[in-house]
Amino acid sequence: MPEPATASEQPQGDVRKALLEVDDVTIRFGGVSALDSVSFDIKEGEILGLIGPNGAGKTTCFNVMTGVYQATSGQIRFDGRPLAKLKRFQITKLGIARTFQNIRLFKSMTALENVLVGADANSKVGLFNALFKTPLHRRTEAESIEEAYRLLDFVGVGGRAGELAANLSYGDQRRLEIARAMATKPKLLCLDEPAAGFNPAEKQRLMELIRKVRDDGYTVLLIEHDMRLVMGVTDRVVVLEFGRKIAEGPPAEIRDNPAVIAAYLGVDEEDAS
Amino acid sequence: MSTTVPASTRSSRRPGRPLQIQLPSFLRSRLSRIVMIVIGVLLAYALPLIRPPFITTPASDFGGVMASAATFALVALGLNIVIGYAGLLDLGYVGFYAVGAYTTGVLTSQHGHWPFLLVLPCAMIVTTVSGLLLGAPAIRVRGDYLAIVTLGFGEIISLVAKNTPWLGGAAGIKNIPPPPSIGPDPIGTDQDGLFQIPHLSWNGLVPSVDNLHKTPFLTFGVLDAVPYYWLILTAILIVLMADMAVNNSRVGRAWEATREDEDAAELMGVPTFRYKLLAFMLGAAIGGLAGSMLAAGQGGFISPDAFPLLLSMLFVAAVIIGGAGNRWGAILGGVLVAYLPERFRPLSDYRLLIFGVSLMVIVTFRPQGLLPPRRTRRALRAQAEVEELEGEAIDA
Amino acid sequence: MDFGFLFSHFAELTITGLALGAIYALVALGYTMVYGVLQLINFAHSEVFMYGTFATAWVAVWVHGTTSVSQGLGSTLGLLALCLIVAMATSAAVALLVERLAYRPLIRRGSPKLVILISSIGASFALSEIMGLRDKFAGWFGVENKLSDYVAQARNVYSSPVTVDPHKVFEFAGYGVTDVDLLVIGAALGMMFALDLFVRRTRLGRGIRSVAQDPEAAALMGVNSTRVIRTTFLIGGLMAGAAATLYMLRIGTTRQDAGFLIGVKAFTAAVMGGIGNLRGALIGGLLLGVMENWGSAVFGTQWKDVVTFVLLVLILLVRPTGILGESLGKARA
Repeated sequence: MPEPATASEQPQGDVRKALLEVDDVTIRFGGVSALDSVSFDIKEGEILGLIGPNGAGKTTCFNVMTGVYQATSGQIRFDGRPLAKLKRFQITKLGIARTFQNIRLFKSMTALENVLVGADANSKVGLFNALFKTPLHRRTEAESIEEAYRLLDFVGVGGRAGELAANLSYGDQRRLEIARAMATKPKLLCLDEPAAGFNPAEKQRLMELIRKVRDDGYTVLLIEHDMRLVMGVTDRVVVLEFGRKIAEGPPAEIRDNPAVIAAYLGVDEEDAS
Repeated sequence: MSTTVPASTRSSRRPGRPLQIQLPSFLRSRLSRIVMIVIGVLLAYALPLIRPPFITTPASDFGGVMASAATFALVALGLNIVIGYAGLLDLGYVGFYAVGAYTTGVLTSQHGHWPFLLVLPCAMIVTTVSGLLLGAPAIRVRGDYLAIVTLGFGEIISLVAKNTPWLGGAAGIKNIPPPPSIGPDPIGTDQDGLFQIPHLSWNGLVPSVDNLHKTPFLTFGVLDAVPYYWLILTAILIVLMADMAVNNSRVGRAWEATREDEDAAELMGVPTFRYKLLAFMLGAAIGGLAGSMLAAGQGGFISPDAFPLLLSMLFVAAVIIGGAGNRWGAILGGVLVAYLPERFRPLSDYRLLIFGVSLMVIVTFRPQGLLPPRRTRRALRAQAEVEELEGEAIDA
Repeated sequence: MDFGFLFSHFAELTITGLALGAIYALVALGYTMVYGVLQLINFAHSEVFMYGTFATAWVAVWVHGTTSVSQGLGSTLGLLALCLIVAMATSAAVALLVERLAYRPLIRRGSPKLVILISSIGASFALSEIMGLRDKFAGWFGVENKLSDYVAQARNVYSSPVTVDPHKVFEFAGYGVTDVDLLVIGAALGMMFALDLFVRRTRLGRGIRSVAQDPEAAALMGVNSTRVIRTTFLIGGLMAGAAATLYMLRIGTTRQDAGFLIGVKAFTAAVMGGIGNLRGALIGGLLLGVMENWGSAVFGTQWKDVVTFVLLVLILLVRPTGILGESLGKARA
């Protein structure tokens, strides 16, 4: 687990280290700029929200930060290292993990197996050890399984570890995805609309879970549409519109920011959830 | 669109009924499982000696048929790793088979006289390297193109063997020595070995010991195919154990995750390309193992004609019909493909036609094969449960 | 390696290569069209071609009996025309059968592409085996003897009794270009030109292009994809049938597995030119025919097929989009 960040340190004079730096990133698809000179940092130990109206470029930004897309210009740096030339699985090994907007679990594997795949990312054993069932292999498997159960309990799916991922309820599937991402032992956990389709009670549970995750030492990046959730759980918010960053700051500031309000075309916060 | 053979090859509307065998409780304890396994293994070894009435092949040497079936089963096990676990459609598997056979032939007969026990691992290494050389560029390419590239590879190997005098040319390689015998080496008609095991002959359902037909232990001669069968069966058992060990580890999980959703797997830290290549190489190694044993088999002769494209297709048919992704399905498929035409000799001419049609039928009506892999069984069972619930809801 | 032979017979090798390549190109059209519309490799297309060769030979036997006859092109034209029609019809019928049995049920239920590929492999083998077992099948109905000219010894090479004697028409760089060469190249080019017009000018042709480019949008625009797919297979079959007649004109013999090698070569040609691209199929075919001849001149005829397979593997690995790139959907077919 990463070292616990001092969550009590207020982000006033922000001396915390920047874990992920988005540096003047532009992405063009054909003639369209999906992202246009976007720059912001994610500080270690914080929960950062990334919001914006539909089509603002949030998912594109997300994808470029997790290595799914390559930036046309600009750079993404993680822990100081540029991400540009790395393969996707290497980016995961570096410490960035994510969930998906449309849930991409391994449907015909059990919940436990899904999490194990994530845990395997840090496994030091490979074919040779597996083939000969060495003590190292058995120990590593036992440790991975133990860790997987722990994570399943942490997110609240522990009782359904042996079930096929496809059979889990919607809420459990979303939570399972988080557990799987956490199993890769990331420093930065990126959640792509984790509350989509949740009722208010489930959203409340999710907010508590996200806080628990951060308190456990992870840094969290969150894309969300639900304003109440964003305001309630994030430390800072970055707002995108038409591929550009239009605001950045604590939730309270953002809520009152006229540019942000205009971007959402004056839609009430309550109606936005 | 996924570029690999899909994880659940079920028809999207009609689930097949997964085979569910419920064992009676006294058979479920660990000890009884071990005992059953030991009995099963012993039976497998004894099968060509026992010659059970309905299974035995009257028109051809049963021992030879068993050896051939075992070879097919071994090959199918290897190909199952490539197609069933990693989802890579390989239409040129006969190429690895040939590389193994020719390496053995070259080292033991054509250009050297190395001992078989040294040559066998060499053949496997050479074949694995060829798997690496072919796989590294080929796996990057999308699924249907990969199929054609491997097909091309298989043909190239066969054509090169035919046209290269150093490899024996069209005539092939002769006088490949058999594996070493335990006991005196067979000379001419003296193939008695250390001791001899009689066969059983049957009068209806009544067995009696047949002392006229005996199998020497352990002589690899030209007269009796049974010791070769035993050798191949031993290889199958070793490969089975290795398969189980590897598939139940992170390697197997990586393969399954890659087949389910390759992009998501990559983002969860699975180096998908490496594991696909690994599967390809493991498959190649097993193909080479089988090929090596073919070369050192009864007759001691291989030729380019023994490795046609057709054989690759039969291998693929064996895996698909048996159940891609299920090691027992692979064995079943291999055995069926090799055994049925011999058992039902009149059908033998129609063998390829039947397999062609079976392939179409299976893929249309039961794409998961005869013995579907566990993930498909689970998925089908889950889907059946859901549909049952929905049915109840509609009726209610 | 014998470059001397290549240079001394350059014109001959090239022109006969073009004639050979024209045949490949016609067969390649079938592969490229099906791939363009369905993104599927039609493994059974080789058998579609093979049935056309047998149809051609059987017409010749029916007209001439089995005694060998050698005549000039002029007097054979009538027979050739008949063979062409029958072969095209036969191949088209087989193609439609394949589509109906091996493809449509799976496409309907949304099966993954590789599963459909396996089905087409099964179909390919079933079809070639049916031809190879025709003597047995005839035996079931007791017509084995009556039809013995057509079905006896089914596994052997089957020859057309009519051999066409090529006559030199004009000289080109030391090689006498024959009427047969001209006919083959001309006929192939003519068919392709007609097909090009069809795809570009007719409603059905537009339907094909639109399905190739975007099946969902095409469906939304009211294009009947089942009919488009059927038409694609039909056209591929017609072209293969034509190729089959030209093939029998030049080579004269066939067998139930004759489809395989031609199929692989035609597929290589299709990929080389750019799969899904009709003009690419033409260029790929001609190019492959020429390269094959040059290759066999330099390396010896026994390596001819190796050249093809190596080319195939290299192209798929290095430049799978081919020379002209994939593009059935675009107007510049």
